[in-house]
Amino acid sequence: MQNNVNITNSITRFRQDFAIIANWVKFGSKVLDLGCGDGELLQFLRGALETKGYGVEKDDANLLACIKNGTNVIQMDLEDGLSGFEDQSFNTVILSQTLQAMHNTEEIVLEMLRVGQEIIVTFPNFGYWRNRMQINAGRMPVSKALPYQWYDTPNVHLCTINDFDEFCKNHKIEILERRVITDGEEVSFLPNLLGSLAMYRLKTK
Amino acid sequence: MQENNSIGIVAPQIAHFNAPLELKSGEILPQFDLVYETYGTLNADKSNAVIICHALSGNHHVAGKYHADDKYPGWWDNLIGPNKPLDTNRFFVIGLNNLGGCHGSSGPASINPVTNKPWGSAFPIVTVEDWVNSQARLLDYLGITQLAAVIGGSLGGMQALHWTLAYPERVRYALVIASAPNLTAQNMAFNEVARQAIITDPEFHGGDYYAHGVVPRRGLRIARMLGHITYLSDDAMGEKFGRKLKDTIKYSFDVEFEMESYLRYQGDKFAGEFDANTYLRMTRALDYYDPALEFGGDLSKTLSNTKAQFLVLSFTSDWRFSPARSREIVKALLDNESTVSYAEVTAAHGHDAFLMPDPHYHAILRTYLSNIQVGCNHAE
Repeated sequence: MQNNVNITNSITRFRQDFAIIANWVKFGSKVLDLGCGDGELLQFLRGALETKGYGVEKDDANLLACIKNGTNVIQMDLEDGLSGFEDQSFNTVILSQTLQAMHNTEEIVLEMLRVGQEIIVTFPNFGYWRNRMQINAGRMPVSKALPYQWYDTPNVHLCTINDFDEFCKNHKIEILERRVITDGEEVSFLPNLLGSLAMYRLKTK
Repeated sequence: MQENNSIGIVAPQIAHFNAPLELKSGEILPQFDLVYETYGTLNADKSNAVIICHALSGNHHVAGKYHADDKYPGWWDNLIGPNKPLDTNRFFVIGLNNLGGCHGSSGPASINPVTNKPWGSAFPIVTVEDWVNSQARLLDYLGITQLAAVIGGSLGGMQALHWTLAYPERVRYALVIASAPNLTAQNMAFNEVARQAIITDPEFHGGDYYAHGVVPRRGLRIARMLGHITYLSDDAMGEKFGRKLKDTIKYSFDVEFEMESYLRYQGDKFAGEFDANTYLRMTRALDYYDPALEFGGDLSKTLSNTKAQFLVLSFTSDWRFSPARSREIVKALLDNESTVSYAEVTAAHGHDAFLMPDPHYHAILRTYLSNIQVGCNHAE
């Protein structure tokens, strides 16, 4: 386990969210990472926690990157749901910073809860004060977490932490844990105002 | 470039098997021949062997040329050779002609050693299972215990899949391309039309046309024309031919559209070099393959004993072996927590895409295959 801590330290300099996800995933468990990109998170979890994992990815270049680094990857579009996956067949299903770009937002969260015993959802908090400042100044927010102009953004369903809390309440989703980060540091005071990235661990009530 | 990394001049070999082979139908082939080719060198611990399973009209001549002035190389030459996606500097590649074929392995057109006449209609109906068993015999003959990989597209993909079921210990990786866990009714229907074209040809003579010195050319030609329609997508045909005329409209039934010219050319070419009895058997092998049948249709249960790692690959415009069918295989593998990746390649060429050197498709194969570890290499 000592080694794992070292791996965690080296990678968390860049990705605090990975470290938190690693704390939420059990050793040796089965993980599904939706929108897995080049498989970086799955590789990290595999190295740190010996997880058995699959990634789901739509993009050709990312698929190729996953195959290159030996990550199991299934090419499909999340907008079509998770029909290829059985109920409760994964310990953890992860949707990392992809929720805001989904059209079928509600459906994918419910699908994740169907397939996973627990799910992890992370998204950029639209309620972050820097976003509010830009809106107050009369402009759509552009930042490190939201690096797009209004006309080219893939983000179609941005929400705040309060919005997502409400969403969970209305959909009978239990929030097992919520962590909020800004610039790699955890935020506990006024998270919906001071937090840039929201991270949730959820399960069906 | 193409010439530089060609495997070069190759030659077929024949393996003769004296021990009888029991077929799925219950019939027994007392002895048989398999014609095969190999490319690259088997390494010292024999861990780098890859078998290529061919589709409906394929054969053992997968790569290279027999003579420098051959017009075409083997049918999957774009995949196989030094520094190609299936790199013969690393792998020892085996191509063979399946039983029932017409390119040198025992089949309806070959001589039955008991009667000293062509087998004709007496040659048994062979199945995907029989092919895999005979391929395993070829591996025994070559002294290979375990394959680094089995690769096949279409009907070849069914064989690749079946290898992992029938011989789980003998396959490390399976590449199942543009395939399906069984055929749909529509897919089988095309096969039935093709067979009817052949069987109702007056020169078919119940399959014993060899004795009459004729071949059911017309039937085979129509069967192939039909096949070609289903191997292409509507878009690909549109792009290739559209409504282009050869000349002007003549109000006749001659070749007027470019598409007709293409189909007739393909049909004629095929009817001149392929055996109709083989075509009947290949389509039947496709129809019959349904490994989940004995598991009550449960493909997940069917694949529960596989040990191989899988790459499943489909093409978006392939409607004869649609992506949905490949996803069924993937789902069953996921249910078993198998090691599997699935790529759905965007390609316009329909089922034919699996034989084409699409850059992304080949990049996937190259990358996947380069990750396969092979033991100590030869003479290094």
